[in-house]
Amino acid sequence: MKIKSILLAAVSVAALASSAIAEGHGKLKVGMITTLSGGGAGLGIDVRDGFMLAIKESGNDNVEVVIEDDQQKPDIAVQLADKMIQSEKVDVMTGIIWSNLAMAVVPSAVAQGKFYLSPNAGPSALAGKACNPNYFNVAWQNDNLHEAAGAYATEAGLKNSFIMAPNYPAGQDALNGYKRFYKGELAGEVFTKLGQTDYAAEIAQIRASGADSVYFFLPGGMGISFMKQYAGSGVDIPLIGPAFSFDQGILQAVGDAALGVKNTSQWGKDLDNETNVAFVKTFQAEYGRLPSLYASQGFDTANLLLSAMGKADVKDADAFRAALKEADFKSTRGDFSFGNNNHPIQDIYVREVIKEGDVFTNKIIGTALKDHADAFATECDM
Amino acid sequence: MSTVLIIEQILNGLQFGVMLFLMAAGLTLIFGVMGLINLAHGSLYMVGAFAAAAVAASTGSFLLALAASLAAAAIVGAVVELVVIRRLYDRDHLDQVLATFALILIFSESTRWLFGSFPLFLDVPKALSGTVTLPGGIAYSSYRLMIILVGVAVAIGLFLLISKTRIGMRIRAGENDREMIGALGVDISKLYTLVFALGAALAGLSGALVGAIQSVQVGMGEPVLILAFVVIVIGGIGSIKGALVGALLVGLTDTLGRVMLPLFFANFMEQSSATSVGSSLASMSIYILMAAVLIFKPTGLFGRA
Repeated sequence: MKIKSILLAAVSVAALASSAIAEGHGKLKVGMITTLSGGGAGLGIDVRDGFMLAIKESGNDNVEVVIEDDQQKPDIAVQLADKMIQSEKVDVMTGIIWSNLAMAVVPSAVAQGKFYLSPNAGPSALAGKACNPNYFNVAWQNDNLHEAAGAYATEAGLKNSFIMAPNYPAGQDALNGYKRFYKGELAGEVFTKLGQTDYAAEIAQIRASGADSVYFFLPGGMGISFMKQYAGSGVDIPLIGPAFSFDQGILQAVGDAALGVKNTSQWGKDLDNETNVAFVKTFQAEYGRLPSLYASQGFDTANLLLSAMGKADVKDADAFRAALKEADFKSTRGDFSFGNNNHPIQDIYVREVIKEGDVFTNKIIGTALKDHADAFATECDM
Repeated sequence: MSTVLIIEQILNGLQFGVMLFLMAAGLTLIFGVMGLINLAHGSLYMVGAFAAAAVAASTGSFLLALAASLAAAAIVGAVVELVVIRRLYDRDHLDQVLATFALILIFSESTRWLFGSFPLFLDVPKALSGTVTLPGGIAYSSYRLMIILVGVAVAIGLFLLISKTRIGMRIRAGENDREMIGALGVDISKLYTLVFALGAALAGLSGALVGAIQSVQVGMGEPVLILAFVVIVIGGIGSIKGALVGALLVGLTDTLGRVMLPLFFANFMEQSSATSVGSSLASMSIYILMAAVLIFKPTGLFGRA
């Protein structure tokens, strides 16, 4: 209780300080479209909570946030975007979790002169040929974490990986990303059905393949099912995955089965920088749970926005764009800057799943890629 | 591919089929007796899994968790029947679909409200967490073996219930002629509540059994529901025997398709495109099976015309 009140005091002092900076610039309206219901709601809720925490900490009254639920459906996301642009008249949009929804919303929103800050999805098209000066990605390009996993596997001396992902665009990107940086042989390559819940057949193939490692990208419930079944199968080939299957929400549902698994992420709760330490504490105090990488991305997105507001008025689009591009904010990831295609250049870490008391969480054990940009930046002519 | 691996995959197919059977049995029973299309069956599956996860978390006992899943799903099923479903028997199928779809939304959001949006933890009991070695040197998960046994037990139990008991006789009579059995003095509305609760309990049990090796989360029931519908359409709507045969067919087709098709295409294609083409075709395989069955037997394998 005492710690909480000290923290609150610290937060309100910080709030006073930053509101003083922001004064003098005009109001800004943010339209957040994210997934708050259905199976993928955990991700959207984390992004929203991280984003709102940063806004609250800043104490900036000039930001108004309109939040809507896209139910993970592209058609609904498009309707919401039209509503936000035409009747709500928002200046900046953000929030979308899934790449297929981002592809449905982002190109038309930026074409109408709105800014879009992506807190999660990073489809390759928007990083390459279809890049846009008004589109900023604060999370990662979709391939990044997979590339880091490939680099880690090569460095760890793994020679024979079995790789697996669902058969949809992000799944194919995942395996391509892994192969881009992985130099060994493939013991097998399997595409599963999107939404598949039973992996007995794949696990039998893994057992028979003679692999020395298994790389899998199975976001959400698919990953939970796979890891539980893998643990019960008696196969003990080490697993590697991207952070998407190892966030706070998922780990508690997987339990012991995830212990020791290596995964790659641009963020970890134990990253030792001032912003991150404060973020993890205040997030826990505010919401009563540990933040996930999605929450850190939402938090960073809001802070990027606030930093640009401190420098320019959103009505002056050129100045505001330049202010965003500077990325002059304190990221929970430490170093953070934008490349030519407005996608992050950042370190990507290797984490290991551990148990702290009763809670399963991740611990950073090394850096897989330093100052990593994406493979599509050269295709973008900005 | 070695014989041992093929046998293991056939076992996996059977086990997947048995899981589908537990779900499909309740669905087909409800449709057969009451002529009701119940889209909310997947929600009852979810209720079972959540009840099991909650009880397992507070007591640590897997058996109690299974009992809780049966009880919770049966109670919820009975309440839903009394409050909502009862009004739908005389309506046409479109009204039933709309109303039960609304139930899905209500169940999903209230579960989220009660348990939050993050998946819950439910693990297999310690005693069944390892593998057993089957004849021929196949290491097979003991929990999956148990699912096969439970499924077989449920199939036998349902068969005995329907063919040998008084309630079963009434259920069969209800399938044949609702008005007549009502006129003979059987309390048809009580019978319907009972059948609905029984179907719900089966869905809840399968939710709990499957939840232990999959993910217990909001919306977990809907993907299984689609497969369960495929199963009862193949087996013949209303037939328990059809549901069993249909479920095993779907389970085997899906599992073996996933494994064999990429290997088959690899014979005359480059590896990564063979994987991609093979798995795309594998995800269609059960629907192709359904279409083929419907061409030759439009009412399903064991359906009545």
